[in-house]
Order: sequence, then structure tokens, then C-alpha cells
Amino acid sequence: MAEVSCRKVIKEYDGGVQAVKGIDLDIADHEFVVLVGPSGCGKSTTLRMIAGLEEITDGEIWIGGEVVNDIPPRDRDIAMVFQNYALYPHMSVFDNMAFGLKLRKFPKEEIKRRVDEAARILDIVPLLDRKPRALSGGQRQRVAMGRAIVRNPKVFLFDEPLSNLDAKLRVQMRTEIKKVHQTVRTTTVYVTHDQVEAMTLADRVVVMNGGVIEQVGAPQELYHNPATRFVAGFIGSPAMNFLPCRVQDGPNGGLAVRVSDGIVLPVPPARLDRYGPYKGQKMILGLRPEHLFEYHEQGKPNWFRVELPVDVVEPMGMETMVHFFVDGVPVCARVDPATHAAPGELLPLTADLNQMHLMEADSGRVI
Amino acid sequence: MSATTMQGGQTPAARHRTSLHRQRLWALWGSYIALGIFVVMFLVPPFYTLVTSLKSSAEISAQTGSPWLVRHPTLENFWYLITYPNFQTYYLNSVIVTILPVAVSMVISVLAAFSLARMGFWGSQTLSTSVFLTYLIPPSLLFIPLFQIVGMLHLINNFWCLVLLYPTLAVPFCTWIMIGYFSSIPKELDEAALIDGAGYLQILWQIFIPVAMPGIIAATIFAFTVSWGAFLYPLAYLYTSNQMVLTVGIISDLIRGDVFQWGKIMAACLLASLPPIVIYAFLMDYYVAGLTAGATKG
Repeated sequence: MAEVSCRKVIKEYDGGVQAVKGIDLDIADHEFVVLVGPSGCGKSTTLRMIAGLEEITDGEIWIGGEVVNDIPPRDRDIAMVFQNYALYPHMSVFDNMAFGLKLRKFPKEEIKRRVDEAARILDIVPLLDRKPRALSGGQRQRVAMGRAIVRNPKVFLFDEPLSNLDAKLRVQMRTEIKKVHQTVRTTTVYVTHDQVEAMTLADRVVVMNGGVIEQVGAPQELYHNPATRFVAGFIGSPAMNFLPCRVQDGPNGGLAVRVSDGIVLPVPPARLDRYGPYKGQKMILGLRPEHLFEYHEQGKPNWFRVELPVDVVEPMGMETMVHFFVDGVPVCARVDPATHAAPGELLPLTADLNQMHLMEADSGRVI
Repeated sequence: MSATTMQGGQTPAARHRTSLHRQRLWALWGSYIALGIFVVMFLVPPFYTLVTSLKSSAEISAQTGSPWLVRHPTLENFWYLITYPNFQTYYLNSVIVTILPVAVSMVISVLAAFSLARMGFWGSQTLSTSVFLTYLIPPSLLFIPLFQIVGMLHLINNFWCLVLLYPTLAVPFCTWIMIGYFSSIPKELDEAALIDGAGYLQILWQIFIPVAMPGIIAATIFAFTVSWGAFLYPLAYLYTSNQMVLTVGIISDLIRGDVFQWGKIMAACLLASLPPIVIYAFLMDYYVAGLTAGATKG
């Protein structure tokens, strides 16, 4: 087990394209950290640099208190699970899992003991004699995890391991991965583009965008206190609504956020100090769909009332998504499934303004 | 719409099926005719070879009867060849100058293809293309300069020169096949092996060679065919019976002046064709799989 650190790590490809632009990251021993972000944000490159599969252009990577920049992958004492499983097709499940141990000249009894133990943890004991082609996607992914576990490495690296699985199996395997980590407690770096995976698995989530780290934090922290507009929009499903607005004087000496002529929202007293300096400035209002709901919905606060014509209604069983347009900007609200909202009709809405976010229009920084 | 108003009493779906059936029928007929023509074209020569090999010299030279039929089948041509010491020598020489070059070619091709396809060094792309381009140079352009080299090595009229030369014919194409095959193996497989602790040679030996076996077999069959059937180089560099191989030995020994011993020539051709036929028959599936690898993803 070990800590992993990245110090000003840069990856520049031929032609001067920088995939990773000097990131700093500290991952504690036993921690489960998820790198998340859109395609091309540099998350997989970062993981591959930690694995030693990509050379770093500048900076330092530390594993277990040792700089590993010039250490080949096999000597970094890491194990990696790939998106397409990367099982050796000509070997049985047992041989796949034992391959790394055989190369390291472990005694046969020890290899058998470790493989059996990993197979028991992953519930793949009956599959040990099968070839990978005779396994389902989920079973293959378990074998790939087993191959990582038997090595008992310092660090587990997962590169989008669930992307090839169907939605149901993905949820099941997500739980399996979490259980395995709770059992073996190995430091884990996990890459995904799926923010739900990131939120459910991680002790801490690292949100990356354009080769830089936008924010590092616990899942709830990222959800409730995003640092930038990008993080606010990336974390949460459906994504946060963003509306251009202006901060202005409100009633009783307070402040208000003016979204349009008919929509002026009072700023909660607790935020007056924070938003005061931005009076008169163009800002972006961020409101999650779950904090925007029908007026007079049971158990929800009613800060204001505004009626908007419904564009689309999406009943999802336990909740219903209602889509509107505010001055041409699409807005989504998560309302009670018993709603009578219908396309074209006006729906009275309100929001929990204690959950609102204001961002600088230019920088996207949440204030 | 009532059933009575439908064309021919059929539903539109049934009409569509009938139309598809008719189209498929036409396509099948076209395929059978085209394949039939090709089968006739390719099977007539071996059939004629077989028929002639089973005839005595008298029957071959007789002007009566159809040349496509055997009236008095005999194995005397085959028996003559099997007991003929020169033919045995040609056969043995052919086996030697095939097995050794095939082995050498495959070792070189597999190592070259692995490094070109997987190790991603500077200039590997250009080298890959160059390897294939060398295959495009016809042997007929090379045999005169090669004659000088073989002469310098004092290997003229020595079948070991063929062991040296045949890999030059087989290696480029085999390397090209293997580059394609190795490239079709997911990169994550060697990355997983690297992380598991394997070196490049271990990756090649323990992962790539077993996974790429169909491609290796395809390349081996090609190298075998090239070496077994080569005609120009043995014709140019060998001239005594004890050094000759089958391709040249058959025509130089069984054609004496103006006398063509057709029965023996045909029997010799059939006997010489046996090893390739046996190898193709057993390994055809691997051969096709190897040549088409990388054509589709998956």
C-alpha cells in the first residue's frame, strides 16, 4: 500500500499538444480517488503516466515515497484494470490471474493460494478453468480485477473498467469494485467519464478539464460546493441549469438576482455578504433541477412564484423532469411525479434559493 | 383490404419475401456458374496430370482414344520415381531447402514484425513500408547480382545457397502478414503484460506468438510455398544432380533431349505437389484466418 503524488506533471505530445498541463495531486494511502472529466481532459493520460505506460514530459510522480519517473511499469508495483479487460485469450482464468506471479517467480503453492483467495473474493471460483472467450463481460471484468488483486500491489489503477458493460451490469460491478476496495484497502486511482460512477465510488473525486484539475474534493463537497461552472455542470444528473443574471438591490435593503423582467429572485440573507460586492455585475445563476420544483410542493420551501410554459415532460417513475425555456435558455426542473404538468401549459415554479450558486460570467468561478 | 383484392392472394409481406427469394435465387445461380467456371479452369490441369501419370508410355503416345481417359491404368511411373535414386535426392534436397529457410524466415519475420508493429521506435512506419516494397522487386531482377554474391561465397552448385537465398523471398511478405496480425492484437494486452512484469521477449513468446498463431501459420504456409516451388534460383545456381531440387530436377532429368517422359513427369509433379496439398488441407482454416486478420475489428 502506498501514497501517490503528482508534482507539476506535464504530458506534451509531438507537435506541442499538451494533454496534461502541470497537475498537482496527492492521493493518500488506502484512498479511492476517481479522475473524472469529459473525453480528452487528460484523465487517462494521467493514469497511464502513473502506470508508466506514458512517459512524462516534466514533473514528478511519486509512488510509496519514491520518484518513479524512470522506473518501468513492472517495477512500480502497480496493477491495472483496462476498459477492454485485456485478458490473455489463450490462457485460462487461473493462468491469467497467475501470469504476473509466475513472471515474478512466486512458488506454485503461493500462486495457487493467492489466485484461490482472489477468486473467492470475486466469486469466480467455478470459472478458473475457463478461457476468457467463454465468459460474459461482467465475468471478464472480475477476472481482470482478480489479476490485479493477486499481485497485492501498492496501487490499483482502473481505466474506465465499466464502460464496456451494459447499464445494469455496470451498477452491479460498481458495487463489486467498492466491496473489493473495502476488503483489500489498496490505494486506488480510477478513471471514468461517468460522474455517477465517480460520485458513488470515490473517497475523493478529481474533476479534470482541458488537461488541468478543476477541483478535488469529496463527492458531496463537489456537489454542494462546486468551485467552477464546469464542475457545477459536470457533477449532477441532470446537469445544473445556468441562467445569465445580474445582482441588484432587493427589498428591505437586501439583494436580488434578476434573471429576466419577470423573474427576480431574492438572495438568502446568509449570502448577502458574499454576493454584495458583485452588485450590478453580469453573473451566471446556477440551480440544480432538484432545487427547482413546483410551487406549493409538499415539504419544499416557497421562496418565490413564477409561472412558465412547459416544453417537455419526462415522467421517470420516482420523479418527473419538466423542461422549460427562460429567455431562450433551456431549464430543467425535477418535480413531484404526481404533477399535472403538460406541454404548453403554465406551471407555477419556485426554487430552494439556499442551494443557488452564482458564478462570474467571464471566469466561471463560483463565488 | 380484403384478401380477394390482393395480388395473387398474397399479403405485401409475403410478396416481399417472394421477391427476396427470387433475388437470392438469381444470385445463387450466378455464384454457381462463376464458381463452376473457376473450378473447371483450376482442376483440369491437375486432372490431366493425374490421368497422364497413370498411363504407360505406349498409351500416352498412342494416337487412338481420348487423352482424358485411362484405358490401362498403371503405377509404373510412380514406382519408377520412388525407386529412382536421383528423384529421392531431389526430394530430400527440396525438403532441406524448404524447412531451413522457412524456419529462418519465420524467426526473422516474427521478430521484425513484433518490433515494427509494437515497439514504436523512430522510423518504424517507414521501415514497415520498405519491408513490403522489397517484396515487389521481382526475383528475375535479382538473380544476376545474387549470382555474384553466391559466387563470392563459393556456393554455386551447392543447394545451401538456396537456404541463404529463399528467406529473401519469404521474409518481406511474411513480415508484412505478421505486422498486420500483430497490429490487430489490442495494445492493452502488451500493456497488461508489461505491468504484470513481462519483458518484450516474454510478451512476444508468451502472449503474441500464441495469440497470433493463425497469422504465423499463414506466413509459414506462404514461406513453405515459396521455397518448395521456387524455380528460377535453383535453375540458375545448381547444375549437378546431387544438388538439384524437385522443381529443376524433374525437368532436367525426365526430359532427355527431345524425349519428354510425360508419364513420369506428371507422376513426379503429383508427388512433388503432395506436401503443399497435405499442409494446405490441414491448415487451410488458419491460413484464411491469418490472411484476413485485421480486416475487421474484433
